[in-house]
Amino acid sequence: MTAPPRIESPPRPCIHTPAPEPLAVGRDAWHHHVTRIVAARDEVAGVRTYDLAFRDPAAAASYTFAPGQFNMLYLPGIGEAAISISSDPLKRASVGHTVKAVGNVTHALERLGVGDEVVLRGPFGTAWPLDELQGRDVLIVTGGVGLASVRAAILQIIAARHDYGRVSVLFGAKTPAGLIYASEYDAWRAAGIDVRLTVDEADGDWTGRVGLVTALFDDLDLDAAATGLTCCGPEPMMLAVVRRASAAGIPSAAMYVSMERNMSCAARLCGLCQFGPEFICRDGPVFSYDRLAKFLDIKHL
Amino acid sequence: MPLSWLHTTDFQQLIDVLRDRGHRVIGPQVADGAVVYRDLADASDLPTGWLDEQDGGLYRLRYDPQAGTFDHVVGPHSLKNFLFPPRETFETWSRTPNGWLQTTPAYEPEQLAVIGVRGCDLAALAIQDRVFLGGDSIDVRYQARREKLFVVAVNCRRAAATCFCHSMGCGPAVGPGFDIALTEVGDRFAIEATTDAGIAVLADLAGRLSLPLLTADEVAAVRQVPETLREAMQARRPEEGTPRPRSLDTENIRNLLFDNLAHPRWAEVADRCLSCANCTLVCPTCFCSSVGEVTDLTGDEVSRERHWASCFTLEHSQMHGANARPTTASRYRQWLTHKLAGWIDQFGTSGCTGCGRCITWCPVGIDITEEVAAIREMPTSSPS
Ligand SMILES: Cc1cc2nc3c(=O)[nH]c(=O)nc-3n(C[C@H](O)[C@H](O)[C@H](O)COP(=O)(O)OP(=O)(O)OC[C@H]3O[C@@H](n4cnc5c(N)ncnc54)[C@H](O)[C@@H]3O)c2cc1C
Ligand code: SF4
Ligand code: FES
Repeated sequence: MTAPPRIESPPRPCIHTPAPEPLAVGRDAWHHHVTRIVAARDEVAGVRTYDLAFRDPAAAASYTFAPGQFNMLYLPGIGEAAISISSDPLKRASVGHTVKAVGNVTHALERLGVGDEVVLRGPFGTAWPLDELQGRDVLIVTGGVGLASVRAAILQIIAARHDYGRVSVLFGAKTPAGLIYASEYDAWRAAGIDVRLTVDEADGDWTGRVGLVTALFDDLDLDAAATGLTCCGPEPMMLAVVRRASAAGIPSAAMYVSMERNMSCAARLCGLCQFGPEFICRDGPVFSYDRLAKFLDIKHL
Repeated sequence: MPLSWLHTTDFQQLIDVLRDRGHRVIGPQVADGAVVYRDLADASDLPTGWLDEQDGGLYRLRYDPQAGTFDHVVGPHSLKNFLFPPRETFETWSRTPNGWLQTTPAYEPEQLAVIGVRGCDLAALAIQDRVFLGGDSIDVRYQARREKLFVVAVNCRRAAATCFCHSMGCGPAVGPGFDIALTEVGDRFAIEATTDAGIAVLADLAGRLSLPLLTADEVAAVRQVPETLREAMQARRPEEGTPRPRSLDTENIRNLLFDNLAHPRWAEVADRCLSCANCTLVCPTCFCSSVGEVTDLTGDEVSRERHWASCFTLEHSQMHGANARPTTASRYRQWLTHKLAGWIDQFGTSGCTGCGRCITWCPVGIDITEEVAAIREMPTSSPS
């Protein structure tokens, strides 16, 4: 494992210099776009995908994102929530967000329909390293709505399928009723993606695997040294996946995880999303595992 | 720009010049048992003769007829209270027949002049500049206020026992970044300007009264004033009958702290810590905030209020269904390691200026310098 970054403390700990002139060149952190819901579909109970189109044609023309990045979705009077962009980055007519209703903003979103407005800020954060993964086997491991964050990556890989080696998606849900994007798996498989599913608890009709997503590793014929791993899901699940992948011989430098924390500004100004020295909103959400390894082991960081 | 003498009895003229130039003048004043920043119209409202005794969990004012105008040090307020106010409405929205419309009025902040800013707080200003203005995304309201700020700094000649600016390299002499700086000597101030705005104020002042230049010897003596104090702080020579002065060993502090995230001291300090957030509120660099929605009865008119947040509260680390830092130990560790370690990664500077406010205003007197020393004394893993 490569060592986590170490930074020497400055000999003079406090800067003592006035701000440079001009004071600032950055843009307004609260810069936003008003969008309209152009399509909304239920993925599974409690999870919906909203396709948002910009009201302003100039914004529509200039907005681009990379898979792994997220937007802040704002409902005036209700609040704002960080939501990954789940749609195909090449399809520019609208921007997709797959949202699990868990609280204030996400429940309010559920009450909206086609034609309603959502204010959007973004895109923010780092992306899945799809360029670096070119020529390699790709192992995408996700749990729950974590699949939303990598769906855009899957679609981008499919659009340039020959640039990648073997691509597998290992997806775990609590129950079969939690398997989002179920109607798309066949299309992904047809495009050369190996999709493997597991659930924690089966119901009557389920004939697939039961167990943790890490158990799906047992079925793989891995070329560990040639494999890159991307992982998005609850933190304990990601830790288990990274351990399992290490045991399988995947180098930690080839592993990427997507982190989640409380967020308000998404612009490294509000301090809420800190994780050790990192701002999840700017330095993440996608991190190389090496960069975080030392901190992921610490409880309640 | 050369230094000139301003007589103590002429201080009102400086206030008047600033007011005449359109500034709202803020200065230190005694109120509610502390020296706080307030609107200053009259030089006689300055805390002349007041000294602050500060120690862990202790702040007490004492009158000393020998004391000068600025021999108190820092109170609970800092520039942060003005440039990054505790609450502010930063956006308003209206629901119109054509959809949501942002209706935020153009922002025209007041032109503030703050008198009495110390080296530590000037450094805190430079640090907050990096936080709010140094990135790709900035706080435009902070920027508007910052660009209009006029700083009258003061070189300290006395320190409280809680002061450790000498350890952090940002005091007691004021660094660059002020418009005007004052050094109190006897019944006069040596006054100097570095910025165009400062030079213009001195020119106005010179039009009202005579500002005799300092001789070379006098300049040397004035430069020695904060230097003498720095030497005393470095030697940790307490004034007679006063508490032990603080200092902080910052060598390799970033790696020391990040190597000791599992140190038993975090649980030990958590037994004393009330998680009250006082330290983050009085800290001149803490910048955390969150946003609340305020709506009228119809829900058609919305204002968004940004307010200070603190890593000592559960809300700070609340996620749906789980809290990232559910224990006091984890929250204290966040505060201390952010301030002294994470900040270095994030902004290339410590987040601590050694102003000592967090020690003074902690109800149970937890001392950041002691906590670091305890970890340094017995690290769980040695820093490489
Ligand atoms: C980078 C990133 C990507 C994400 N992508 C997705 C995605 O694609 N799909 C998805 O469904 N979710 C995603 N999430 C999670 C999503 O942001 C949260 O589920 C969402 O913020 C919940 O918002 P809410 O208002 O509905 O929930 P609530 O739980 O009502 O509100 C959550 C917010 O309210 C505040 N809050 C909550 N409880 C309290 C309390 N007790 N006191 C004070 N304040 C409190 C906190 O600020 C918290 O962040 C992502 C999160 C991040 C960080
Ligand atoms: S995380 Fe804590 S220590 Fe850091 S700026 Fe925010 S309130 Fe201050
Ligand atoms: S969300 Fe505000 S700093 Fe990251």
